[in-house]
Amino acid sequence: MASEVKLPIYMDNHATTRVDPRVIEAMLPYFGEIYGNAASRNHEFGWVAEQAVETAREQVAKLIGATAKEIVITSGATESNNLAIKGVAEMYREKGNHIITQMTEHKCVLDTCKRLEKHGYRVTYLAPQTDGLVNVKELEAAMTPETILVSIMAANNEVGVLQPIREIGKLCHERGIIFHSDIAQAIGKVPINVIDDNIDLASISAHKIYGPKGVGALYVRRRNPRVQLVAQMDGGGHERGMRSGTLNVPGIVGMGKACELAGEEMAVESKRLLALRESLRKQIFSELDEVFVNGSMEHRLPGSLNISFAYVEGESLLMGINDIAVSSGSACTSATLEPSYVLKALGAGDELAHSSIRFGLGRFNTQAEVDYVAKKIVDVVRKLRELSPLYEMHKEGIDLSKVKWQAETAAH
Amino acid sequence: MAYSDKVLDHYTNPRNVGTLDKNSGEVGTGLVGAPECGDVMKLQIRVNPATNVIEEAKFKTFGCGSAIASSSLATEWVKGKTVDEALQIRNTDIVKELSLPPVKIHCSVLAEDAIRAAISDWKKKNG
Repeated sequence: MASEVKLPIYMDNHATTRVDPRVIEAMLPYFGEIYGNAASRNHEFGWVAEQAVETAREQVAKLIGATAKEIVITSGATESNNLAIKGVAEMYREKGNHIITQMTEHKCVLDTCKRLEKHGYRVTYLAPQTDGLVNVKELEAAMTPETILVSIMAANNEVGVLQPIREIGKLCHERGIIFHSDIAQAIGKVPINVIDDNIDLASISAHKIYGPKGVGALYVRRRNPRVQLVAQMDGGGHERGMRSGTLNVPGIVGMGKACELAGEEMAVESKRLLALRESLRKQIFSELDEVFVNGSMEHRLPGSLNISFAYVEGESLLMGINDIAVSSGSACTSATLEPSYVLKALGAGDELAHSSIRFGLGRFNTQAEVDYVAKKIVDVVRKLRELSPLYEMHKEGIDLSKVKWQAETAAH
Repeated sequence: MAYSDKVLDHYTNPRNVGTLDKNSGEVGTGLVGAPECGDVMKLQIRVNPATNVIEEAKFKTFGCGSAIASSSLATEWVKGKTVDEALQIRNTDIVKELSLPPVKIHCSVLAEDAIRAAISDWKKKNG
């Protein structure tokens, strides 16, 4: 089996995905003969481009149960998150100055909130429970009459856990608070419906769902409630005044096609990815002891798995699996691998000497690749544990947290 | 991170991996580093009491490839040397042999510490 796979294997689909050939095909004419500016209202070239953009807008909207007019095109989820949070904060400043989010959000949400704090806003960063999920009771308790916005992602990019967004959205709507969700990792993988899930603002990136990089969208609710934003980019007033800048027509066409495919294939694809992920998990767990899944197994993206390997150092682990593209966040402090703030927030950083790997399975991964990766991981972890004095001490029954470690004496 | 061929060789085929009986009077054990720093090395030597020659050396290392290579190399180098000769090994020799980049110099320092700690343990037992 292993001889069938082509190396290196890409299993980092939370970082980005390969553009689907059908998406490429849909985009190609818009790099060539169809080159008009979608904002050109007075000639055929512009009309054709605008029509392509409108079709894509409908494809995006359909995937999340929105209407085309509610889709604002951006450069990606980072921009969408910035626009949503800053745009609401500025628009509703007179209503209140409090924002609620959580410690495990993407950096572009956290850093946007930190910037707002410098401008007089108050931000509550909720700690996740040990399974990675936000505590809804704590979130409710944090809501005040000053709260204007709650921002909680649908699926976490590092550990893959799904947050109870529908419940959170309901709490927000009962209090007239705007609910923003970064759905970049969830869209196309699990069903999202902005009406049923009570979402007012949702951030999307095309490249997470087999579309091109550099294009995304922000869903902005127009009814019950109508959400208003202060634009963060000044210019020609594109996108209903919410985001100026000439539209990236080929990219937008690709995003639309990617959304259409995701909608058509989600049911079948999510089952297949779940089966692959479980195969990977079972193969690793049946062969190795002292391995742990980070985050809830129950509330999880189908293609996502984040595993900690005890008594194995992260860099040496990556060195041994250099023909596999995965993402690593060492839960322990090491010279070169910074601890992941998400894993730390889950309490995984409390354990000494773990390293963790995020596996992101996607549309183009195969069972043969899963088998190869599982075997490789097992072999390398076994070899490194054979080398690990910590694993040996653990096997002897020594509590590593009680050992008086002798750090190096000479200067670094 | 690009590793030198010698680091890769020691990582792929580490020399003298294992454990000696730490309770034996002929064995000295050094355990240096800390898990929270990302490196722990255990280096053991078995010394011939008649000649003070290190006849056997074993290691186990939790750490990056350079840390594994540094300790693997250290076991190779101490073997066949007398205890006093082994104390002459400097971390800079390890840096040179393995072409370690500046960010990995601490790995060689730790390996030198491990040699010293093992010898010091042996001396304590045989003082």
